[in-house]
Amino acid sequence: MLKLPIYLDHNATTPCDPRVVEAMLPYFTEKFGNAASRNHPFGWEAEEAVDYAREQVARLIGADPKEIIFTSGATEADNLAIKGAFDMYASKGNHIITCNIEHKAVLDTCKRIEKTGGEVTYVKVQPNGIVNPADIEAAIKPNTILIAIMYANNEIGTVMPIREISAIAKKHGILFFTDATQAVGKIPVDVNKDGIDLMAFTAHKMYGPKGVGALYVRRKNPRVKVTAQMDGGGHERGMRSGTLNVPGIVGFGKACELCMQEMPEESQRIRKLRDKLENALLQIEETHLNGDKEKRLPHVCNISFKYVEGEGLLMGFNKNIAVSSGSACTSASLEPSYVLKALGLGDDLAHSSIRFGLGRYTTEEQIDYTIEQVTQTVQRLRDMSPLWEMYKEGIDLNTIEWAHH
Amino acid sequence: MAYSNKVIDHYQNPRNVGTLDKNKKNVGTGLVGAPECGDVMRLQIEVDEETGIIKDAKFKTFGCGSAIASSSLATEWLKGKTIDEAVKIDNMEIVEELNLPPVKIHCSVLAEDAIKAAVNDYRRKNGLPELKFEDSVVH
Repeated sequence: MLKLPIYLDHNATTPCDPRVVEAMLPYFTEKFGNAASRNHPFGWEAEEAVDYAREQVARLIGADPKEIIFTSGATEADNLAIKGAFDMYASKGNHIITCNIEHKAVLDTCKRIEKTGGEVTYVKVQPNGIVNPADIEAAIKPNTILIAIMYANNEIGTVMPIREISAIAKKHGILFFTDATQAVGKIPVDVNKDGIDLMAFTAHKMYGPKGVGALYVRRKNPRVKVTAQMDGGGHERGMRSGTLNVPGIVGFGKACELCMQEMPEESQRIRKLRDKLENALLQIEETHLNGDKEKRLPHVCNISFKYVEGEGLLMGFNKNIAVSSGSACTSASLEPSYVLKALGLGDDLAHSSIRFGLGRYTTEEQIDYTIEQVTQTVQRLRDMSPLWEMYKEGIDLNTIEWAHH
Repeated sequence: MAYSNKVIDHYQNPRNVGTLDKNKKNVGTGLVGAPECGDVMRLQIEVDEETGIIKDAKFKTFGCGSAIASSSLATEWLKGKTIDEAVKIDNMEIVEELNLPPVKIHCSVLAEDAIKAAVNDYRRKNGLPELKFEDSVVH
């Protein structure tokens, strides 16, 4: 029997794996010590657990455990990487290069940098949602200190050419930071092979708990440092003060270990389901896949259903299927997704988009149900869409003079 | 965001979806909104030429659930009214009836605009002077 509602929004967050919760539980009650308490067994026990988790996290990304700085999540890690590098390397320059489809945690941090005297170049992605490394290189200036390009995009799942970009950064002696929130645990990420100097990621996107993430900070070739953004007890090699979230970190470690063990098999299984969903939905006429079809995370697809508005579409099944839309009819500005607009999609297509994010517990039965529900709802809403009627009558919608808001 | 039961009801069972013959003299058509804004409403009225009463009303809407519900409700209210009564429908009555939250008020405004546009189209076709309306506040 199919259990409803179905969760297909794994790019927003993932459920905790029960094995993760099991690993965490003792650290709330009997093993509750502060990892910074150096002089009694409670502290030693907590510190030992954190050290072990640090190894588990480091192993997943091919790093040394000493290079892992635990944070409250990816947003904090993004802030720490960008602001911390900007402060630390102020004597070398003040220019940062990023791209226009980064997560808000990166974009808004860059906006803040601009307000504090920094200079930021926002490189435009290509229509397939992938940044062209040549455009990054062309944006480099003598005062460039950091290149910040996401590993994979959260709305469309496109995977950026990380190795080519990091090679360019290295060639010019510039640090390379990547927000790998969507990628770590889903596809192989290796900080050495990928040439990454700084990397943000978080537990809750990979079946770990919310409220814990990490910043990878390279220690060798080159040795990278970031200026702490919070003052306090000097935890995490002085880069991030604050009592460590021991249960969260233990859960993060366990989640990383599970991803490492299960990724090859899991990503293949999920990709098959994703492809089934995607192929079926793209069979519906006037649908459009957003983002590059090949260079993409295995568990995401973002589709525009022309002539149907995304939020209206969601309403048809969101009691039973949890997905998200690129339309933002609820916001006062009525602005659709800036990511989809950056691909050159018209606002109408951006308003018609839905992101499906599959995960560890997604079943074929759920996918079959989703295909059926989405297909029916698209049909039903098109039957009441004036735009669909005009399209069917052969009217070019661009020739109509719309009364703009 | 949770929708009110009335919005859900209109969304699931929209009243009067369809198309009237826009070339008929006694049919007025209003098309408002824009695809880029995520809302397009088309509202049509068919007026009984003997009595001057709206005998049929149809809509088609591209938009969110609240936009669909606002236009569906408007067609229900239009039937049986004269065209002069029709233009007195105020968007806030729609907001109240459907319990629309503040971020969805623009959906009701759009429905009000669609009614006015349909009535003016009818008036134009029938040699009546077009009515002037103040610009909607919420756009």
